[in-house]
Amino acid sequence: MSTLTEAPPPLAPAEPEQKPARKRGRFTPYWLLLPGILWLVVFFALPMIYQASTSVQQGSLEQGYKVTWHFATYWHALTEYWPQFLRSVFYAAAATLLCLVLGYPLAYLIAFRAGRWKNLIMILVIAPFFTSFLIRTLAWKTILADNGPVVHTLNSLHVLDLTDWLGWTAGDRVLATPLAVVCGLTYNFLPFMILPLYTSLERIDGRLHEAAGDLYAKPWTTFRKVTFPLSMPGVVSGTLLTFIPAAGDYVNAELLGSTDTRMIGNVIQTQFLRILDYPTAAALSFILMAAILAMVTLYIRRSGTEDLV
Amino acid sequence: MPFVNWLKRRLVVIAGLLTLAYLLLPNVIVTVFSFNKPKGRFNYEWQQFSTDAWKDPCGVADMCGSLSISLQIAVWATVGATLLGTMISFALVRYRFRARGAVNSLIFLPMAMPEVVMAASLLTLFLNMGAQLGFYTILIAHIMFCLSFVVTAVKARVMSMDPRLEEAARDLYAGPLQTFLRVTLPIAAPGIAAGALLSFALSFDDFIITNFNAGSTVTFPMFVWGSAQRGTPVQINVIGTAMFLAAVLLVLASMVITNRRNKQKA
Repeated sequence: MSTLTEAPPPLAPAEPEQKPARKRGRFTPYWLLLPGILWLVVFFALPMIYQASTSVQQGSLEQGYKVTWHFATYWHALTEYWPQFLRSVFYAAAATLLCLVLGYPLAYLIAFRAGRWKNLIMILVIAPFFTSFLIRTLAWKTILADNGPVVHTLNSLHVLDLTDWLGWTAGDRVLATPLAVVCGLTYNFLPFMILPLYTSLERIDGRLHEAAGDLYAKPWTTFRKVTFPLSMPGVVSGTLLTFIPAAGDYVNAELLGSTDTRMIGNVIQTQFLRILDYPTAAALSFILMAAILAMVTLYIRRSGTEDLV
Repeated sequence: MPFVNWLKRRLVVIAGLLTLAYLLLPNVIVTVFSFNKPKGRFNYEWQQFSTDAWKDPCGVADMCGSLSISLQIAVWATVGATLLGTMISFALVRYRFRARGAVNSLIFLPMAMPEVVMAASLLTLFLNMGAQLGFYTILIAHIMFCLSFVVTAVKARVMSMDPRLEEAARDLYAGPLQTFLRVTLPIAAPGIAAGALLSFALSFDDFIITNFNAGSTVTFPMFVWGSAQRGTPVQINVIGTAMFLAAVLLVLASMVITNRRNKQKA
């Protein structure tokens, strides 16, 4: 981002044939930027301000709302809905971790081991995107059905006893439990982890692996000391691209969960579209935005990849 | 222990393929269940093989209508976002100007914001303005969130472009428009195409932002969402399967064509 501080180019007279181009070029970037940036200002930035204002308003649908700087809405929103906030962070973190653990081998496979199958596997990773994610999420209802083979197998291996004890599942079911929601979140955002991981793995020079091997590093050591550190940019952007949408998601919690797995997205959606309590909904949404921005900033700082932005 | 060694060497491959299976399993289920003949209103349990839904894909009330609305929105959102996004990317790569940092953050932020936050705040704007929710509010929202992705895709391509190619064109007496149309645009085309494709997919599949700003307009994802409550017709799976197959075939075809072209050039 060094260009940030650089002064605009001097308008000093250059070679004669370049002069007209420069003169015309002076306002060109602004004309190019204008429509798109205006769009983002009006339909992205301005709504944020409206939302902030709505969150400190009081009133009712019939009589209209007025700004009264009623900050108690925030206090009320936090005391009432902190379990949903915590649950969102927890589910999103679990899904992100699972995505990393599941996605890394596949990204590694595509980058180094796939050979001539590389393009095909790549297509298979992206292709599901073209089927509506709602349809695919509903398919998990079939996969995790109470009398289906998955639940049956987990049951006979006594895995469900363990998850039951941990509070991830309830009884002999997987559907309508935290495990189902996390499983759905992991599934839905896995490609967002795989693609950045693959991009940063692919840039690694294969000879570095050979060099590590020549220096008597075992495969695991090579991975730990060479491959993984070099793939950090992919890990950071992958975890962000997974965590952020997962924390705000309400589709998986609604379709695969129960009332005990409601996330903050569900609350915002209900408040906004069904209960029509706009100030509370706006306050909740504002808290979520602030929390995510704070977490993301902290995370980017700590992982030392600020050039990501 | 040859078997253990064999397993050890292929551990990454096996784990990777298992993840791939996890990713593709729902698509397999969607396809298989498009041939189902469910007993009740919901298509979650296998009953018996039937091709009824494939023979009559529009047999469900309102579904194909919602599909057509989604397609229209996706096409216009793609056109709008690709045009505006490409212009922004050229400005960012080719020119220096004030407020570059602010522009960069304005483009990055929509990608770093949970959808539900953007959806809710946009709704407060529309409510405050007294806008009629429907087709156009959905389109506005879709162009907004697709823009950033187009900029990212096009910027990467334009940045890796050799500026000397354009200089060479100018040296050969090509005017600015000619240079742009015959040199710059063809080189930037793959980036623009990637951005457009991404926009189309994102817009077509968007649920959360659409759900907040749609009013009484029903897009295809909203139809699916509603049917999850009322009862899921088999036709949903038919559409899902057809889209998956179309996407795979399209990509495979484009790969074969590029391969051939490269061979002809060589």
